[in-house]
Amino acid sequence: MTPVTINGRRYNVDLPEDTPLLWTLRDHLGLTGTKFGCGMALCGACTVHVDGQPVRSCSTPISAVANKKITTIEAVGNDKVGKAVQSAWVDMGVPQCGYCQAGQVMSATALLRRTPKPTDAEIDEAMSGNICRCGTYVRIRAAIQRAARQGATS
Amino acid sequence: MSAPVDRIPSTADRPSSDGPLIIANVSRRRFLQGVSALGGLVLAVGFPSALRAADPPKYGADGMPNGWVDDPLAFVSIAEDGTVTIVCHRSEMGQGVRTGMPMIVADELEADWKRVRVVQATGDEKRFGNQDTDGSRSTRHFFDPMRRCGAAARTMLEAAAAARWKVPVDQVEAKNHEVVHRATGRRAGYGSLAKAAAGQPVPARETVRLKSPAQFRYIGKGELKLVDGRDIVTGKAHYGIDTRLDGMLYAVVARPPVYGGKVASYDGAEALKVPGVVRVVDIEGSPAPPEFKPLGGVAVIGRNTWAAMQGRKALKIVWDDGPNAAYDSVAFKATLEDTAHKPGKVVRSDGDFDAGMGAAARRLDAEYYVPHLAHATMEPPAATARVVQGKCEVWACVQSPQGTRDLVAKRLGIPPEDVTVHVTLLGGGFGRKSKCDFVLEAAVLSKAMDGKPVKVTWTREDDLHHCYFHTVSVEHLEAGVDAQGKPVAWLHRSVAPTIISTFNAAAKQEAAFELGMGVINVPFAIPNVRIENPEATAHTRIGWFRSVSNIPHAFAVQSFVAELAAAAGRDQKDFLLDVIGPARQVSPQTLSDTWNHGESPERYPVDTGRLRGVVETAAREAGWGRSLPKGRGLGIAAHYSFVTYVAAVAEVAVDDKGQLTIPRVDIAVDCGGCVNPDRVRAQMEGACVMGIGLATLGEISFKAGRVEQDNFHAYEVTRMAGAPREIRVHIIPGDFSKPLGGVGEPGVPPIAPAICNAIFAATGKRIRRLPIRDQLKA
Repeated sequence: MTPVTINGRRYNVDLPEDTPLLWTLRDHLGLTGTKFGCGMALCGACTVHVDGQPVRSCSTPISAVANKKITTIEAVGNDKVGKAVQSAWVDMGVPQCGYCQAGQVMSATALLRRTPKPTDAEIDEAMSGNICRCGTYVRIRAAIQRAARQGATS
Repeated sequence: MSAPVDRIPSTADRPSSDGPLIIANVSRRRFLQGVSALGGLVLAVGFPSALRAADPPKYGADGMPNGWVDDPLAFVSIAEDGTVTIVCHRSEMGQGVRTGMPMIVADELEADWKRVRVVQATGDEKRFGNQDTDGSRSTRHFFDPMRRCGAAARTMLEAAAAARWKVPVDQVEAKNHEVVHRATGRRAGYGSLAKAAAGQPVPARETVRLKSPAQFRYIGKGELKLVDGRDIVTGKAHYGIDTRLDGMLYAVVARPPVYGGKVASYDGAEALKVPGVVRVVDIEGSPAPPEFKPLGGVAVIGRNTWAAMQGRKALKIVWDDGPNAAYDSVAFKATLEDTAHKPGKVVRSDGDFDAGMGAAARRLDAEYYVPHLAHATMEPPAATARVVQGKCEVWACVQSPQGTRDLVAKRLGIPPEDVTVHVTLLGGGFGRKSKCDFVLEAAVLSKAMDGKPVKVTWTREDDLHHCYFHTVSVEHLEAGVDAQGKPVAWLHRSVAPTIISTFNAAAKQEAAFELGMGVINVPFAIPNVRIENPEATAHTRIGWFRSVSNIPHAFAVQSFVAELAAAAGRDQKDFLLDVIGPARQVSPQTLSDTWNHGESPERYPVDTGRLRGVVETAAREAGWGRSLPKGRGLGIAAHYSFVTYVAAVAEVAVDDKGQLTIPRVDIAVDCGGCVNPDRVRAQMEGACVMGIGLATLGEISFKAGRVEQDNFHAYEVTRMAGAPREIRVHIIPGDFSKPLGGVGEPGVPPIAPAICNAIFAATGKRIRRLPIRDQLKA
């Protein structure tokens, strides 16, 4: 049994310890908002927050997150920064297919929490682990800047 | 394995993202309920070609399987609370069709968008018309039928109101979700009229009054947010990989690593020892041609995806690699080049090429190579199936729901009517998800598991190894130019395995639809032209990838024009305009193009004026001719595809170490008119990034029959840092007087040549082989 806190709820997960957090979320707990893209921490689609830090859940065994606080896309909007990011994404029409966007939103939220006013270069640096095959990067940059501005005025 | 302490609410049996329809009060849905209740009243289905084979050829939507339907009873329903439900019958893969298509209906219906909800059609082309979401066709084929749908429903609401008020129907008018009696100002909301309107006859198609474009409230405005936007950013959107059913099992499949191979023997004992693994099941492969049939192999079925993956690793399989075991991309490139140096089948001949060459002041030639590519949709192929009592339901991210339905039925040996295909959102499509091999795997496995629902998930490695690959090609070009450097003779020899080989193993030549993607239908003002297509053999599954053969053809043609310009010492843009020649309408038939993207040659001639227009617009907006610092350059390319005209100007920077960046791209697009301009921009932006990816990074290669790239570390795609800081999209204004062009694909082809032409301007180095990768490195 691995005790974990996900989106504020406690669970005891009875799965082999090497089971990645991604598949625990998706298959075991039914939290399918976190996406599978590569299984090797190469694409960022599976990004969640572990104690506030962005983590690739596909390559994180549940044993590594025992007793830690995990936030997924389903709950990131409970946070002011996460909510501003989600709103900016909708307002700017960022998503195309949308599949990678949960991971993008998680990475962007983590970026803005630690760097409230990122430069474009800082955005590129923080977001280059998240692949978008539809190519929405220009709008992602703009939406992060928009969320940053809204964070400043709120 | 026990259940978690705190059970998450089950999403079992959620059929797709159209959940609300299931819980809707059925009595409220009687209005415009659908064809089944009103059989005989249904408007004719638009597939006359199937009924009258001797008729002249059909174009556009008429020429597609099952054509079009404009029956409001199939697409629109209105509840008594006024909620308007509109069916989207095309697959959403990021192009915005679930917003755009219902928007067209809602506009003509005078519906208030805030009270519209969208549900996704199952695969049922007899009811909805063609659903193959590819070829950049959705808006251009369904703009008119969807308008008629909305207008017909509006007419029925007006008739119901007029009857209630006992006034002539021409005295009432539908406006923003209610019908108004002009003389008295009486009003009735759509909800209150819903039931009565259901009793009104569907108006005859010819009598339906369409809006003038000036009256559009949503079409052309680009102001509506995406239907699925909020769900996407909150993790609620439902993709093919997200389906969860009670009692569902999870499968991954070990497939033959070489196309055409099969399992010689295997031992599943170790796999079965992995915790959570339930069973190991054979999937029978199929002899060539591949079509959309499963590749065969060994499936491992588990209680979760991870267990199945671990089980697969423990399988011991001996493969028989079959006839393609020697497929090697380095050797094959040499084979294609050899072929390209010899004459091939002539597929277009204007004037006298040999005489033109003989009289030319100078002769130039060049050869261009584009490798295999994989779509690498961010959502890998994934599907869930449940086969119970001879009936099958699938939930899948497919571009071709009817085709999926037919092929699942065929594989299971049941009638198509007993197969239901629920279409989820697609986490990217790009052509990969037109091929339903992965859905058939799920169906076979559910049947093998006695009807338990089974979800098949492809890993990224599976996706890259077992794609329907973009072809690999060598394009050989020769030109004879006069004393001023102007081309007077043009030879293009295109050598590439054909997509037809996926359906006919003997096929070795490009089909009309491949030649018609920018090799044969090039409308240049050159008197002596010869286009040849020598044979090439496919050694893997070849499929269509966003913009298809336009990619290598445009790369070669637009690079070669720039090479001729450089040889003539001319400005590249001015030279390109000269080669295009004066504004004129060119019949595709005079270019020996029998395909014309499936469109009428009269309705859709090649309009060189529009091609010139996008070149001039892109150049002007990009500041063509502006001075740039050392190591920077501008390049231009233009291409006509999917009956749309696109030109791109790339600005590149190449530093001392040969590091390439692309700070800005300007794209001009003329697609006749835009239903949703914001999504047209988005498609151009995305096409630009995908074009950059294939120009700079993308390559699938084979060695010993096997794909060499396993995951995104080896098959690289553009990331944020590689994307331009600015992508500026310039839409040529359209008023819907011209027939619409495609949007999803035509942005891709000009990008690679624009970049390579810019690199030449910046460095003097000419790139003829994609991807660029380290070719610029010092």
